[in-house]
Amino acid sequence: MRTFLDFGSDAVLLAGLTGDNWRLKDYVARGGYEALKKILNEHIAPEEVLAEIKLSALRGRGGAGFPTGMKWSFMPPNAPEKYVVCNADEGEPGTFKDRDILRFNPHAVIEGMIIAAYVMGCARGYNYIHGEIWEVYERCEEALDEARAAGFIGSHIMGSGFSFELFNHHGFGAYICGEETALLESLEGKKGQSRYKPPFPANVGLYGKPTTVNNVETLACVPLIVKNGGQWFQNLGQPNAGGTKIFSVSGDVERPGNYELRLGTPFATLLEMAGGVRGGRRLKAVIPGGSSSPVLPAAIMMETHLDYNSIAKAGSMLGSGAVIVMDETRCMVRCLQRLSEFYHEESCGQCTPCREGTGWLARIMHRIEHGEGRPGDIEMLDRIAHDIMGRTICAMGDAAALPVRSFIKHFHDEFEYHIKHRRCQVADHV
Amino acid sequence: MPLSAATRQKIDKAIAKYPAGRQQSAVMAALTIAQTEHGWLSSETLREVAEYLNMPPVAVYEVASFYSMYHLKPMGRYVLTLCTNLPCALQGSDVAARYLQETLKIGWKETTPDGMFTLLQGECMGACQEAPVLLANHQRMCCKMTPPQIDALLVQLRAEASQEERHE
Ligand SMILES: Cc1cc2nc3c(=O)[nH]c(=O)nc-3n(C[C@H](O)[C@H](O)[C@H](O)COP(=O)(O)O)c2cc1C
Ligand code: SF4
Ligand code: FES
Repeated sequence: MRTFLDFGSDAVLLAGLTGDNWRLKDYVARGGYEALKKILNEHIAPEEVLAEIKLSALRGRGGAGFPTGMKWSFMPPNAPEKYVVCNADEGEPGTFKDRDILRFNPHAVIEGMIIAAYVMGCARGYNYIHGEIWEVYERCEEALDEARAAGFIGSHIMGSGFSFELFNHHGFGAYICGEETALLESLEGKKGQSRYKPPFPANVGLYGKPTTVNNVETLACVPLIVKNGGQWFQNLGQPNAGGTKIFSVSGDVERPGNYELRLGTPFATLLEMAGGVRGGRRLKAVIPGGSSSPVLPAAIMMETHLDYNSIAKAGSMLGSGAVIVMDETRCMVRCLQRLSEFYHEESCGQCTPCREGTGWLARIMHRIEHGEGRPGDIEMLDRIAHDIMGRTICAMGDAAALPVRSFIKHFHDEFEYHIKHRRCQVADHV
Repeated sequence: MPLSAATRQKIDKAIAKYPAGRQQSAVMAALTIAQTEHGWLSSETLREVAEYLNMPPVAVYEVASFYSMYHLKPMGRYVLTLCTNLPCALQGSDVAARYLQETLKIGWKETTPDGMFTLLQGECMGACQEAPVLLANHQRMCCKMTPPQIDALLVQLRAEASQEERHE
């Protein structure tokens, strides 16, 4: 008997996956490519498919949560050369869902991209894959070969008038290439430096042509929506945010892993699925939406439901759905220091507030952590973070600043203690 | 060293993924292919790639120096990159880091005297559920790297190296 990987009983995206059944024949046996066949065989017009996507209330899973149907409708209908790009450059610390989707179910993403291309009238697409997951890239190459051989990609797909070419592009180690315009620069063979917006990619994207960038998980939802209807998908979630969401749980839990839940599920349920806090310790803090989202103390988090609005109300963001759990033994100064180093390392260097500001933040955090903090450092951290926000070309500036402001807001005592006593308030530390 | 015929063939395959005249898009793939062959990217290799893709050499250099996984200096035979970002740190990457440094007797960005291993610090590799995560030569992802796992990997890589040498 096959053992299914356990992603939770709500799973629809990851349901029935064993780790071995990723090939085209397995996907077809699970009902894969039926959505595409339905569209092409029944001559369903692009506008009708788009209407279902809108009805589904699918929101982008890459972090910003932008409604997918609306995003697709921004593509100019009559442009001759258009692109659809899958953002598989998953590098937001704590996020590891796209890797599982791609290695366990690559054809769901491929089918999603083909349908997206059909709706937006794109003749070409690229899947930009995170540099560190070479083995997943190789699997995606194999999956594309299978899809091509089966006639799902190429000219006149299944005898229709619709043609589409799709390729994988392998990144090479730059977090900023997850930002969609930096990704497009990288795809053009340049340094990954974000572009000014506007113009938005829907008007000026890859090679200057209209382009839509969507996250892996977003695209993987598309075949399910087409097959089961937009209303079905919306019912899985909430009125303004349909579907399930994959949460990547890492840190101090018994069973780190991906768990697929209906949007709106209480955080406590997710924590329980992940086996609770490791070693029966007490929960201290949670970063609920990837390292760029504000940290929340245990008391707030345990009362919060996992959906866009609830987490925003609690003072953070659903983001990429990466839930980083920290137990009572963790030093918040040390945790923030690691993140600050990361943002400093990964700034693309174009804007002064981000390039210099992340350096200042990292240096101050380094000295506090190493017992050399000075009075006034906490205020300085807050001021620098404040000054970065809203003054940069891309959202990476905010991504670096938000964690800082939230850590010193919620764990002010601990930072003060560290500066005054030149050591951690908690016994053990990371 | 000029690009070998096999390397050129692989680069051609990458170029074919992009629209006509957009061969610059294949620069990342070309550099990856060249680095896999030579272990690092010399200025001669960068020039060769530039010429092959019809790009200004400085544009190729910009790409090679921007992305963290390209190396513009010779490296050890096996580049071991350990993820030290927060989720991995919460799940034992500090232990792995100490163990690697003590076992190999080198620090970050250093290479063992026998030229076998270079140790690097990496950022999130998108696999935190299997922390601590280590990447060998940027392609082989090694998960749950506790000290016994690290020992096993080092033994295995040394064995692979001597086997390759015997073949050469
Ligand atoms: C610094 C930064 C890093 C990002 N990293 C990712 C990423 O790894 N994956 C991703 O899908 N989106 C990432 N994004 C968001 C993308 O810019 C873009 O909004 C997203 O891919 C759109 O897809 P969606 O509408 O399906 O969510 C990042 C944004 C920023 C500012
Ligand atoms: S905010 Fe930072 S990462 Fe974004 S463009 Fe400016 S310097 Fe680059
Ligand atoms: S933090 Fe190490 S793989 Fe994500």
